[in-house]
Amino acid sequence: MQESPKYWKGIEELENSPEFVKNALAEFADFMPVKESHGSADATVAPRRDFLKLMGFGLAAATLASCETPIRKAIPYLNKPEEVDPGIANFYASTFFNGQDYNSILVKTREGRPIKFEGNPESPVTRGGLSARAQAVVLSLYDGGRLQHFAKKGAKIDKDQLDQEVRNALAGAGRVAIVSPTIISPSTKKVIAEFGARFAGTEHVMYDVDSASGLLRANGGVLPAYDFSKADVIVSFGADFLGTWLSPVEYARQYITNRKVSREKQTMSRHFQFESNMSLTGSNADVRVPLKPSEMGEAILAVYNSVVGGATSTDKRLQTAISELTRAGARGLVVSGSNDPAIQTLVTAINQRLGSAAVDVANPSMVRQGDDARMARLLTDIRNGQVGAVIFYHANPVFDHPMGADLAAALKAGKVRTTISLNDRLDETGELCTYAAPDHHFLESWNDYEPKRGSLSLAQPVITPLFATRQAQDSLLTWAGSPTTYYNYLRNQWKGVLGGDFNKAWDKAVHDGVAAGTASPAPVAQVGAALDVNGAINAIKSAPKPTGIELVIYEKVGIGNGSNLFANNPWLQELPDPVTKATWGNYVTVPRAYAAEQKWEQGDVVKVTANGKSVELPVLIQPGQAKGTVGIALGYGRVRAGKVGNELGENVLPLATMRNDAIIYSNAVQITPTGAKSPIAQTQTHHTIMDRKQVVQEATLKQYIKDPKEVTEYEKISTPEGLEKPNKVSLWQDYEYKNHHWGMAIDLNSCIGCGSCVIGCQAENNVAVVGKQEVINRREMHWMRIDRYYSSASHKSDFEAKGKLDTYAAMEDPSENPQVIFQPMLCQHCNHAPCETVCPVLATTHSSEGLNQMTYNRCVGTRYCANNCPYKVRRFNWFSYYSNEKFETVNGHMFTDLGRMVLNPEVTVRARGVMEKCSFCVQRIQLGKLEAKKQKRRPQDGEIVSACAQSCPTQAIVFGDMRDPNSRVSQILRREDGERAFHVLDSINTQPNITYLTKIRNTESSEFNA
Amino acid sequence: MQHVSPVREPLVTGGKTYHDVTQDVCRQVEAAPNIRWMAALSVALLLLGVFFYSVYRTLWYGIGEWGLNKTVGWAWDITNFVWWVGIGHAGTLISAVLLLFRQKWRTSINRAAEAMTIFAVICAAMFPVLHMGRPWLAFWVFPFQNTFGSLWVNFNSPLLWDVFAISTYFSVSLVFWYTGLVPDFATIRDRAKGPIAKVAYSLLSFGWKGSAKHWSRYETVSLILAGVSTPLVLSVHTIVSMDFATSVVPGWHTTIFPPYFVAGAIFSGFAMVLTLMLITRVVFKLEDYITIEHIALMNKIMMITGSIVGVAYITEFFIAWYSQVEFEQYAFINRATGPYWWAYWSMMTCNVITPQLVWIRRVRYSIPLTFVLSIIVNIGMWFERFVIIVTSLHRDYLPSSWVMFSPSIIDIGIYVGTIGLFFTLFLLFAKFFPVINMAEVKSVLKYTVDNGPTYTGQDPHHHTPQPATTHGVPASASVNYDKHD
Repeated sequence: MQESPKYWKGIEELENSPEFVKNALAEFADFMPVKESHGSADATVAPRRDFLKLMGFGLAAATLASCETPIRKAIPYLNKPEEVDPGIANFYASTFFNGQDYNSILVKTREGRPIKFEGNPESPVTRGGLSARAQAVVLSLYDGGRLQHFAKKGAKIDKDQLDQEVRNALAGAGRVAIVSPTIISPSTKKVIAEFGARFAGTEHVMYDVDSASGLLRANGGVLPAYDFSKADVIVSFGADFLGTWLSPVEYARQYITNRKVSREKQTMSRHFQFESNMSLTGSNADVRVPLKPSEMGEAILAVYNSVVGGATSTDKRLQTAISELTRAGARGLVVSGSNDPAIQTLVTAINQRLGSAAVDVANPSMVRQGDDARMARLLTDIRNGQVGAVIFYHANPVFDHPMGADLAAALKAGKVRTTISLNDRLDETGELCTYAAPDHHFLESWNDYEPKRGSLSLAQPVITPLFATRQAQDSLLTWAGSPTTYYNYLRNQWKGVLGGDFNKAWDKAVHDGVAAGTASPAPVAQVGAALDVNGAINAIKSAPKPTGIELVIYEKVGIGNGSNLFANNPWLQELPDPVTKATWGNYVTVPRAYAAEQKWEQGDVVKVTANGKSVELPVLIQPGQAKGTVGIALGYGRVRAGKVGNELGENVLPLATMRNDAIIYSNAVQITPTGAKSPIAQTQTHHTIMDRKQVVQEATLKQYIKDPKEVTEYEKISTPEGLEKPNKVSLWQDYEYKNHHWGMAIDLNSCIGCGSCVIGCQAENNVAVVGKQEVINRREMHWMRIDRYYSSASHKSDFEAKGKLDTYAAMEDPSENPQVIFQPMLCQHCNHAPCETVCPVLATTHSSEGLNQMTYNRCVGTRYCANNCPYKVRRFNWFSYYSNEKFETVNGHMFTDLGRMVLNPEVTVRARGVMEKCSFCVQRIQLGKLEAKKQKRRPQDGEIVSACAQSCPTQAIVFGDMRDPNSRVSQILRREDGERAFHVLDSINTQPNITYLTKIRNTESSEFNA
Repeated sequence: MQHVSPVREPLVTGGKTYHDVTQDVCRQVEAAPNIRWMAALSVALLLLGVFFYSVYRTLWYGIGEWGLNKTVGWAWDITNFVWWVGIGHAGTLISAVLLLFRQKWRTSINRAAEAMTIFAVICAAMFPVLHMGRPWLAFWVFPFQNTFGSLWVNFNSPLLWDVFAISTYFSVSLVFWYTGLVPDFATIRDRAKGPIAKVAYSLLSFGWKGSAKHWSRYETVSLILAGVSTPLVLSVHTIVSMDFATSVVPGWHTTIFPPYFVAGAIFSGFAMVLTLMLITRVVFKLEDYITIEHIALMNKIMMITGSIVGVAYITEFFIAWYSQVEFEQYAFINRATGPYWWAYWSMMTCNVITPQLVWIRRVRYSIPLTFVLSIIVNIGMWFERFVIIVTSLHRDYLPSSWVMFSPSIIDIGIYVGTIGLFFTLFLLFAKFFPVINMAEVKSVLKYTVDNGPTYTGQDPHHHTPQPATTHGVPASASVNYDKHD
């Protein structure tokens, strides 16, 4: 037997002296004796030095032990999901459509949390563009106002029990109605059809808040697909096709294709806009004519008569439009935003007569299918107690249908035995329903979409459902007794669409988010056949001609139709309206002359009455508002949208009227002052450019064609050698850029002012929302803003005649019907930055790649940099926006664990008291550089894009490396040098890295200020 | 002893002896506080309470408690800062520049003026700290060795220059003031009866014995400090003006600012000295030391500096027109005719028109009118800074960012609060420190006494303290420490 070797701890153990044995038994060594030992030979007494050491250790140990470690719930993956790498974002293709505009999107997720949308460049419809509304919807995923469980009469109920009760109730309900906004999902429609097959007597009624019922009827039930890029002359009668009408992202891209100019392409479409309110589209028009809604029919009739019969109009501007339209022929296009079938019939007839290539009815658009007449009939039937069960599927007619109050009364009176809401929250309609089976957010769902015949797209879940909700289609399938899930159902549907190897094709479709093909039947050929032009003419001629003030109900670009996802979304509520620059609420836009006549000032509350109903809203003086009209945006006045969206403005839809079986978004109204005041939160309160050519420049196409070198005015400074460019003389040394030099070119000709970049930036950079009062205090935090300037009737050229003082005073007033120019404004990343020199602590510095960097940690908050910034793009954290209870409602997503999931982990949430501003998305630049480095190559142009440039539907913003001679931005700068390229405030010699391109209007100078 | 023309008005009236001077000045320190002083201190403390509350709101919630916004990043904070620094200019000017110019009349006002300087600079220094978003990191503006990496301050930034300028000015002023106080503290120490006062003033007087060596050093140090302070009078406000002048903001970017700010500072400083002196001389019965002649002289300085400021205002307009820079032109047109026209015209009226009244002798020699004038000038100079800061910022380059500014209640609270702080300090000073430099006043007394009895002053009803009879007047001592009293 072998003896195991023995190991000693030390020589003491081997020797095993008695002293060692004694010490080995004691748990602790002897307590250290403390005594002064100097001069003493007694070695057992520890010197003072040891005592101090011991005490120091004891103190430190006690201090450390008393420190509580903050507990943070950071749970590592037990099994790491295959696709998820912590710190690396994944992108998934998806689709957003909620009854308003369609967007094909890429969802950026971090560790399984969707944090931002980007446009999907694969989409043939939106082509990488994205509307502000769609971008903001990522925030609504984390909206605590969503219903988080199934409910019966507002109380939580078990899912199975609800299913059981609903099935029983539906079985004996008799007539069942499913009410929804437009559904463009072929599979969902099939689900509804299947549901209808199970419960006989089911009807599916679609209605739209911004109805196109009239347009549908005039085209035999289909919505023409428009292609604005194929139109050289566009005449729009109140259609806000760049902002809210049908498919604005798609149209904006098409429209701008035909508006971009260069030395090679010196043509532009010509855009006439006849409208009452100053819309986003109207503010981009070459010729904008204010017109009352009641005059619209006559004007279109005049166009019809000219195009068809060759008659001439007495109105000069209308006649100009007509003759150019006629000349353009097939390259002409007339659109109307009216919902009056008669008007739309004439418009269709005009386009047919022109043979407009821009109108496609063979592959129509699907984005509006609502039928006002059917919906009105259904509501009447509900009121009369003829409907046994109603399922509201994303529909909130109590709020957003003009007859909503009647419906609410009927529901309260129990006229419908079974009411079910599939809406995502207990909204105005949902709270009146017995059952609530909340739908998933679309980011938690599978779905398909067909925005246009032949263009399909998919939505895939990018996060596990946050709450105990169920996809609406699954609810319908469950109630209909189908055993399948909607996912399988969807796949089965697509088997018929995708050819070849289905699994492969399906994977590709999910990956791309889009696919060619159609799941809809071909539209009935109806061209020219069913048009009742004479009837339409008679209807227009006999339409009421109100003599008083006419109200025009419109949609705001930010809030759109005011549905749940938009209304309770603080990003959208704080997105300044492109035209009025107002946030947080609606208001009455009135023409200035009328306000002056009535002695109203901005913010005076007036009462607007029609149909026996009234709203009380503040007045906003709106240049360009047609005489005799006022405008009010719909989508406000929510009471059950959630904490953010409630109690903002008033609901104007009850003031709409029905005519020719369609909702007419205008009406004759009475307006009376109330004497109250309610300030409007605007982010811009000075509206004219004061003739400052150095800020923003524009010219006419004629001037451009004559000599592209003459369209931009360059400021020169006097030097001993004569007039020179401002950057010829400088006190500062120039920076040397050895690797990259990031820059941006912003084409003012392409920017339509839609605000998509504002939300893109906000989502990317965790920009705080500050709420109405703080916007009134002029402290909004947006890093990216769009300055909007109205033209004025006065110019510097009047100095001689009228004197400087009077001229300057007059220049502050916009014209009666001004021309509008938009200018995206963000940190200019100056190479000679005024902010950098004045910071006492070097918190803002210049990078070796041309970025003006802000070091938040170093900032002490003197605000000197902001004062010294000529562009006023720096934003100060006046408060703790993430912890001050004043901001808990509006900036809630920075307060709760749920909301914080939307924050971009790559960007710091800025502390109180520090300055912040655009960083040129430095985190995206770094990411792009790292990716390239990993692959041992230089970053390619287009690989690194700032969030604003990414989301721009018109590609007005081009970002890139100016040191790369082949980058798009370098090419633009080279091409436009000395022509349209200019720096804002060149004469201060800040040498910005952002270059603007002069706006070119296709307008005669005599049409200015028409 | 220097020769003084007999036709000059006496600097101290009422036939004061050395002992009278000691008595008159020490009386305030030694006597129980009077009711007027108590009342004044209560009001000052109340305002100080407002200050602390406003500061608490600012520090706890953030700068958002103020009325500032995205375009106007400075308003009342820096207005108050520049205003207080300006006020703090007279003290050094009086004690340093007038010392170098051998202006003897300064002796009875320099102590209070210097105290005012120091308190004003303390008030001013509140603002650069409070206006920071993160004032707890204010020490980052000092260039110190640190472990943050290679972090250093930005020597390009005028705010950094400010840090050096203000701290230098404050420390030199403080030393200068304190040096002057030492002999007087010793006087009080020697007269003190209570044990606390004895100890306190002993400590404060640094063992001053009044020996010839002490006096010699005192004189030397005073002269050196005067020499050091004199450039500071010019440098401090020059550098403060560079906060604006080196920027690109139209209306700030102006080369005239340094001289214009210095003149404005002296202007407002003298106005504040007058305001305080006129009150002090009545409250503490020092009419014989701060005579109508002093007031008239200070009025003249105010008039001259006010005129310089007026010329500067007009020059700015001329240059704006002459430069042909559109932004600059608009900034000035906007100043005079824009939404803040009232601020501009208040400034013009207060600072340019009212001081011209001093040309009239009756105004110059009228105490009530001078008092009103000094208040008007103080208001005007506050408006000057407000006009420069707010009307330049609120409408600068991009019309899209043009805004209006209105102060919040906290803005007002902090401003009023610093006035409370100032007066609290000043009242404590006036009670516990000798408000008039006894030692130096005695140096001008000889001349005064020789001629004094013949002069009855402007107002025969003035209360004249009874001349002491038991003590003779030293015949030839230019400065004499009155040890026995």
